[in-house]
Amino acid sequence: MPKNSPLSAETRALIKAQMSRRGFIAGVGGAGAVGLLAACGTGGSKTEASAVVDVSDTEKIARWANWTLYLDFDEKTKSYPTLEAFKKSSGLDITYKEDVDDNNTFYGKVSGQLKLGKDIGYDIVTLTDWMAARWIRLGYTQKIDADGIPNKVNILPALSDVSFDPGRTNSLTWQTGFAGFGWNKEKLPGGVHSLDDLFAPANKGRIEVLSEMRDTMGIIMQYQGVDPSVTFTEAQFMNAIDFLKARIEDGFIRQVKGNSYKEDLISGDAIAVIGWSGDVFQLALENDGKFDFAIPESGGTLWSDNMMIPSTSTHRKNAEAVMNNYYDPAVAAQVAAYVNYICPVEGAQAEMEKIDPTLASSPYIFPDAAALSKVKVFATLTPEEETKYQTAFQTATGN
Amino acid sequence: MAFIAAVSKRSSNVRGIKRPSTPYLLLIPGLSWLAMFFIFPLITLAGTSTQTTPAGGDTGTYVQTFRFANYIDAFSGAREQFLRSIVYALIATLLALAISYPLAYAIAFKSGKWKNLLLVLVVAPFFTSFLLRTIAWKQILGNEGPVVTVLRTLHILGPETGLTASAFAVVTGMTYNFLPFMTLPLYASLERIDPRTLEAASDLYANGITTFRKVTFPLSLPGVVAGTLLTFIPAAGDYINATLLGNPKTKMIGNVIESRFFEIVDYPTAAALSFMLMAAILILVMVYVRRAGTDELV
Repeated sequence: MPKNSPLSAETRALIKAQMSRRGFIAGVGGAGAVGLLAACGTGGSKTEASAVVDVSDTEKIARWANWTLYLDFDEKTKSYPTLEAFKKSSGLDITYKEDVDDNNTFYGKVSGQLKLGKDIGYDIVTLTDWMAARWIRLGYTQKIDADGIPNKVNILPALSDVSFDPGRTNSLTWQTGFAGFGWNKEKLPGGVHSLDDLFAPANKGRIEVLSEMRDTMGIIMQYQGVDPSVTFTEAQFMNAIDFLKARIEDGFIRQVKGNSYKEDLISGDAIAVIGWSGDVFQLALENDGKFDFAIPESGGTLWSDNMMIPSTSTHRKNAEAVMNNYYDPAVAAQVAAYVNYICPVEGAQAEMEKIDPTLASSPYIFPDAAALSKVKVFATLTPEEETKYQTAFQTATGN
Repeated sequence: MAFIAAVSKRSSNVRGIKRPSTPYLLLIPGLSWLAMFFIFPLITLAGTSTQTTPAGGDTGTYVQTFRFANYIDAFSGAREQFLRSIVYALIATLLALAISYPLAYAIAFKSGKWKNLLLVLVVAPFFTSFLLRTIAWKQILGNEGPVVTVLRTLHILGPETGLTASAFAVVTGMTYNFLPFMTLPLYASLERIDPRTLEAASDLYANGITTFRKVTFPLSLPGVVAGTLLTFIPAAGDYINATLLGNPKTKMIGNVIESRFFEIVDYPTAAALSFMLMAAILILVMVYVRRAGTDELV
């Protein structure tokens, strides 16, 4: 998930999309764009041949697609210190691009090429769990050679084995974060600790929830006593949808959106949200502690973004070298000090003590067992479930 | 085809052009552009719209099964947004007409040496991105913005009432964004009016209102029709104003198409909705143009 920026990820995605699609959209409601994109292949089936030749030894490059403001950045030199240092020490020419604005949009952009086995222009992509699951399932990723990443042993035990990638053979966690409640402390001194607090009558029309289905629904389901991390029934999911629908219908929820809820918290248009830990933490820092974040009493969600090597990459070894660098605790601490999300690297906390002791004790960056016991990772859905639930969620939110 | 025939007929009358193939050659670039970027995608789109997911197929896998019921499903799922798009676009078009007509009239007849400057000002917003202008409205109408502050001071709005995230904001944004499309054709048709027709009207003892009603307005009708079409068509398909200025209850058909395409990866429904939107707009426009009966319009 991207972090602070004058424009939200949603807005940036729109601006980008506008450049290519506006002419069509304006005229025929996207008909042209849909047609063109459909013509490029409707994507989805497994790649036939994944026999790419690794040319890492002759081409010393690596191309990385990541979310915006998701790597330590020096405003003065306009560069990424950890990346620059690694470029020097490794001799690799690394192209770092903030090209991921939204999991779905990014997938829509590259899936046609992946299906045809054509180079998508990246050697590392950074995508959220459920999208990573889809890539791995479809064979759009390469196996990562553990020998190429000695630092892989530093991954937090909780993240070392995940349902969508047993044994972490094809992915490696980049950052992790919580979804929970964010609120304006001046307007709501009592704080928001449950969905009842969030939907208190006084907040009517000034509440925003995430457009990321798994986070918003995961929180509502846990409020209703359903564990979203294990198999649940369709009726249980639809119950939660009904809850969301009712709150939209009666005007409690102002908007359903991605990162741009931050702008609305600052402007005062929204006073309480379902949002992401790192975002709210960053907002609080920039606004003299005006905002606070809490994991819901009934339970929040935990998501991760994962680095993967696309099946089309011909620079696997170089990509592994980059991943290895960021699993060095000292480097990971430097990144965490900037991005404020949960650091997936063991030993980074000790390194953080040297950089900033207050950050080292932050429950947002280095959560303790108590915090982790209050969050769930949304269960992996089958393709049919994903389509069905996503449709229900989109319909409930007015789309 | 009638058009091609007309062109070739005319060209044969023009001195100097001997080869009858010339008009066809001239049509090649335009037609091939249309074939490549309009007709071909349209056919693909039509194909996509009747596809279905095979049993056990992964997200985004579709095969052709000619399931025309896709259209019924798509429509019944988005009836509300369809209707809303048409209503919002209609209101925005009428508002734009009400605002643009006096503006275009003033520029055409009363602006004197300021005419060019005023025209540039009408077009000036085009120099900034459509999106940035819409985001600006979010600030202007926002709770801390000037409009709300003034209205609250005047007790027109309650202390907790805002303007953004509402149907009002969406229609306002649309009206603003498509205003130049209305103003320019209106100006062009008003500007073309022969002043002698207006003099004739006053010679025949028509007062200002009668002159406007019987002479100016009828002569500007082509501009009115062109302006309303240029505003209504893009407004009905717009989704950016609804995304940035609306709430979940003001989503338009463009939002539904976008979410089906990108969020759900449901290409057939997105394609079916796009087709229905095109058809709906086409029918509305045809009825309108026929009723308005402006043959000179092109």
